[in-house]
Amino acid sequence: MSSLVIQDLHVAIGEKEIVKGLSLTINSGEVHAVMGPNGTGKSTLAKAIAGHPDYTITQGDVLMGGESILNQEADERARAGLFLAFQYPSEIPGVSIANFLRAAVQARLAEGEELDATAYYKRLYAKMDLLKIDRKFTARSVNEGFSGGEKKRCEILQMAMLEPQFSLMDETDSGLDIDALRIVAEGVNTLRGPNLGILMITHYQRLLDYIIPDFVHVMYDGRIVKSGDKSLALELEAKGYDWVKKEFAAA
Amino acid sequence: MANIETLVSEPEPATENPVSGIDQSRGDFSYDVKYAFDAGTGLNAATVDYISSVKKEAPWIREFRHKALKIFESKPMPTHWATKDLENIDFSKIRYYLSQGQKPKRTWDEVPDDIKKTFERLGIPEQERKFLAGVEAQFDSEAAYSNIKDIVAKQGVIFVNSTEGLREHPEIFRKFFGKVIPTGDNKFSALNSAVFSGGSFIYVPKGVKVAQPLQAYFRINAENFGQFERTLIIADEGAEVTYMEGCTAPKFSTSTLHSAVVELVALKGAKIQYITVQNWANNVFNLVTKRGVAHEEAEIKWIDCNIGSRLTMKYPGVVLKGRKARGEVISIALANDGQHQDTGAKMIHAADETTSNIVAKSISVGQGRSTYRGVVHIPKHLKGCKNNTECDALLINSNSRTDTYPAISVRGDRNYVQHEASVSRVNEEMIFYMQQRGLTEGQAMSLAVNGFINDLARQFPMEYSVELKRLIDLEMEGSVG
Repeated sequence: MSSLVIQDLHVAIGEKEIVKGLSLTINSGEVHAVMGPNGTGKSTLAKAIAGHPDYTITQGDVLMGGESILNQEADERARAGLFLAFQYPSEIPGVSIANFLRAAVQARLAEGEELDATAYYKRLYAKMDLLKIDRKFTARSVNEGFSGGEKKRCEILQMAMLEPQFSLMDETDSGLDIDALRIVAEGVNTLRGPNLGILMITHYQRLLDYIIPDFVHVMYDGRIVKSGDKSLALELEAKGYDWVKKEFAAA
Repeated sequence: MANIETLVSEPEPATENPVSGIDQSRGDFSYDVKYAFDAGTGLNAATVDYISSVKKEAPWIREFRHKALKIFESKPMPTHWATKDLENIDFSKIRYYLSQGQKPKRTWDEVPDDIKKTFERLGIPEQERKFLAGVEAQFDSEAAYSNIKDIVAKQGVIFVNSTEGLREHPEIFRKFFGKVIPTGDNKFSALNSAVFSGGSFIYVPKGVKVAQPLQAYFRINAENFGQFERTLIIADEGAEVTYMEGCTAPKFSTSTLHSAVVELVALKGAKIQYITVQNWANNVFNLVTKRGVAHEEAEIKWIDCNIGSRLTMKYPGVVLKGRKARGEVISIALANDGQHQDTGAKMIHAADETTSNIVAKSISVGQGRSTYRGVVHIPKHLKGCKNNTECDALLINSNSRTDTYPAISVRGDRNYVQHEASVSRVNEEMIFYMQQRGLTEGQAMSLAVNGFINDLARQFPMEYSVELKRLIDLEMEGSVG
């Protein structure tokens, strides 16, 4: 068992502080949902942990398996087992999903070690079957011309293939109709297990009808202001975010 | 799909490398070679006489050279439209002819050790065994080795260097030589015509289809040297041939000049495919004139890939002379820091129902600069002609520069032309996305670049597309330091 520990994290974009002292521990096997109004720093949190160069960590630490990851480049963090499912995944024209994943898998091998292509495809097809993804899907260029649902399924497939220890899922439900949402949630539930810790960022409760979280945190103005279980999400749904704003605006 | 696989497959071990020397670091070495023939430094009538004499040329060739020298001297540098960097070439400091002899060897055993070890290091003999119908290996001014597989020779295919072609096959050579690209076409075609040496002469008889490619490898070994090969390929009626050329040079502190002239003639129904992977060291001025004439129902296809050199100016062209002739240029250019790739294509429609296709993709990295220049000419009296031109540029980081100068002149209303151009950037978000999947910044960039050229790279023979990918990987690794 491992854990992703976020300690008193402060994150700035340029001079502007967005995350203002956030602490959270995610253990393997747990699903944490972070909810909150728009512009409260949820996506910033995810990108900063993943090592996006535009985000500066001004204070605090992030530990994975007991080791600080803040001195690592984004790709080192990824290879160490951190995955970010993007809210807006980039298109990579001319590069098929199969080749992209192959390069990503190859990048995880020791130097000089050759990827076993046959085993790779066998594993890829097994994961696609598991997630009920059509075989033709991986011949398409990464995210190019994809619908919202296809983009998110592509993220889930990558997560399945790269088998991270911790996955940060940024607004996985955004831009999805109810059918797409259900399919994507099914995929996440399939991958859920004792070896994976998930931080799920969402604005809406409806995703949590399909992926039942172990913990729910309310984020506001760069901090976690309230934590609880699934019932907290329902409370938010019923009351909206206004009470959060009222209660914590002064703080 | 199979081709895409090829692109991202892991590079083969070095011994599997089918087209060596594309890796620039691998080409960056030179051996101390004793030259028996040396025209000295600088260019004048005596230089031309020296070259003509050591080659024991017929009087008409000597005269052709002298005329060309005068044209070269009378023509100004084309810097009114081209880059001023051309003015940095000092013709008086170049060595115009260096060789150990004028007759290439037929077996590698006979090639002198000091030259043989260069080609062995570049992997040429091995590729020859594996997948080529014939090889010519030029070392500075002359071919050190030239051979064609018996089975191909028995079909009547001629594949020799230009020196030998002029001597042994003057009846064919003279008929086509200098007809596609006249001496005065431009300053550098005139220079080549004055001092040319080496290059290939190929004749494929009627109806003969050469199954495997013929390959030439051009190696510059000496400092301050100018290489001026001259290639003439004739595919007789219904014949088919693929020719591939590769090149490397060590990186000297001074500039080197490479100025070739390549003429192709595809007679009725013939097909010529000419593939170049240019990887000169980035101190080489690469100023090359390439053109083909396609007769009735003939097809000429240039696949032109420019990755090395300091400055390349090259616009492969096809004159579509016969009805239903087809011309195609597939161009890939990669300009890294300190490089300018000024490339493009020319399509001259001169008969009804001729079609041409130009697809050019350029990648500019860092301070690198790429320029596309295209000419498509369809005169008024023709009908049923078609041209399609696509130019796409990819910029990697904000300093790079790309320019497109398409010149399309279509007269009359019975012809069809289509032109598309795009400029895109590899942006930070795309790189971060790929890094988040575990790729290093360099790997991410090279994957983005390979994706950009993927649809063109799949038109290369497989051996070349694997190499191309490997080369792009190396260039991208360097570009992120």
